[in-house]
Amino acid sequence: MSLHALTVAELAAGLKARRFSSLELTLHFLGRIERLGPELNAFVTVTADRALDDARRADDQLAKGEGGPLAGVPIAHKDIFCTDGILTTCSSKMLANFVAPYDATVVERWRAAGTVLLGKTNMDEFAMGSSNETSFYGPVRNPWDLKRVPGGSSGGSAAAVAACLAPAASGTDTGGSIRQPAALTNLTGLKPTYGRVSRYGMIAFASSLDQGGMLARSAEDAALLLKAMAGFDPRDSTSVDAPVPDYVAELAAPLKGLRVGIIREFFGAGLDPAVGKRVQDAIETLRASGASIVEVSLPALPLSVPTYYVVAPAECSSNLSRFDGVRFGHRCESPRDLLDLYKRSRGEGFGDEVKRRIMTGTYVLSAGYYDAYYLKAQKVRQLIAADFARAFGEVDVVIGPTAPTAAFELGAKTSDPITMYLNDIYTIGANLAGLPAISIPCGFVQEGGRDLPVGLQLVGPHFAESRLLAVSHQYQQLTDWHKRVPPGYE
Amino acid sequence: MSLTRAQVEGIAHLARLEITEAQMPVYVDSLSRIIDFVEQLSAADTGGVEPMAHPLADQVQRLRPDAVTEADQHEKFQRNASSVAAGLYLVPKVIE
Repeated sequence: MSLHALTVAELAAGLKARRFSSLELTLHFLGRIERLGPELNAFVTVTADRALDDARRADDQLAKGEGGPLAGVPIAHKDIFCTDGILTTCSSKMLANFVAPYDATVVERWRAAGTVLLGKTNMDEFAMGSSNETSFYGPVRNPWDLKRVPGGSSGGSAAAVAACLAPAASGTDTGGSIRQPAALTNLTGLKPTYGRVSRYGMIAFASSLDQGGMLARSAEDAALLLKAMAGFDPRDSTSVDAPVPDYVAELAAPLKGLRVGIIREFFGAGLDPAVGKRVQDAIETLRASGASIVEVSLPALPLSVPTYYVVAPAECSSNLSRFDGVRFGHRCESPRDLLDLYKRSRGEGFGDEVKRRIMTGTYVLSAGYYDAYYLKAQKVRQLIAADFARAFGEVDVVIGPTAPTAAFELGAKTSDPITMYLNDIYTIGANLAGLPAISIPCGFVQEGGRDLPVGLQLVGPHFAESRLLAVSHQYQQLTDWHKRVPPGYE
Repeated sequence: MSLTRAQVEGIAHLARLEITEAQMPVYVDSLSRIIDFVEQLSAADTGGVEPMAHPLADQVQRLRPDAVTEADQHEKFQRNASSVAAGLYLVPKVIE
């Protein structure tokens, strides 16, 4: 079997057994990135020299029987994570020249586990988008069909891992930005509980919703990667000080006796029937393995998209006020005065969608509108969280589709922001309630003569990552959807 | 249109964003559509509901001693600034 088709777990074991070296592996992936990367536009920066240095160091450690749990395994980071001495752009013209002066905690921890950094992946500008079409560096293409989007905002990470240009990659999820691209590219993508993974050095979009996680090719890989990235960090004020379980050891938990709640609101109008069918098939697989299936209703959930499009822009307008053209980021030419410096630097540095969200946020927070929009949305958010809490009184996990359709064509939804926002209709609820959620491959639909992947979403109570990963792992023992690689990238 | 051009100009000013003449109608249209869309929240019954302050109910903001814990790295940080002199950030003259 070729090296690029192996999982992180298989690579880590192969490296420890010295069946191949990290240098060999790293050169193999760098070669694929050079050959197949440009058509996908998955990377903003390829860090070849750094990767070779990391690989040699890992090989030295492995030769001595040392090294972390992921020693010598190549990975990529979404370009939202600060990497010391390496360009960190957030796919924005605003940060096109920004060389991060420190490592994000996620970067530091994966490095401490022994990973090799292949590069930084393309994304929607400042993580604002659901198709990876808002990037300053151009759209990312879906390896399952190059005419289609890979989802967003972690679209570069998704395309890179799906096309086997990297065994795994980091992502961030504010309203579905890990799970939706995972669904559209046949990957396993986990958004952990709010506070589980440090946000330090992760460029902020909406701080009460942002959470780091990963895109991988199996639940077992996601467990290994989460173990290496999760845990308390004093540098993130909302990091939760709770022990990190052994996610890998807990994958063995059986499906028998599991109580699964089908979210009624996720199967209404708007869901592509072919996608719904694949999700129903997956639910039947769980039932046949001893899980008990009931329907649950979360009546406030249909309000999650409008709630999100008040809360997230509000936080975005505040977070992105730091880009002032003075301390870092784009600065306009020959400013007349300070106001002109601010306005033109920001006007030139931000793309259309980012400006739209900053302005939406500015409006809903402005005098006279704050109560009607922002405060109201934070109350509805409470109703949505209460719906989930009530459901978790009856069931262990709730389940449904990750996205309403399979991957759509580039340009299909760019003319109307609302159409684009509705892509995240099934994923946003978990962010608003701070819950962990995962998307796993559950089959394919045919469109335009192509097989396009479908994602199954599981949401659990706070800190139930182990349960989500175990259910996903058990499902992946019964199915092989997750093992399929797009034609041409085998 | 739920927002007027004058309102959008006001918002752009508050947000310190220069919007070109050509782009202004596009923003008036798309921002109006977004505001119309989120308007549906007003129909939700939120009587007696406390607005959410944190997604995890029992979390509190941690405090730490007010002590210096980081080394001085201003030169490294200022490498990302476009105009710096003597350790200071330069901006257009503010006070005549």
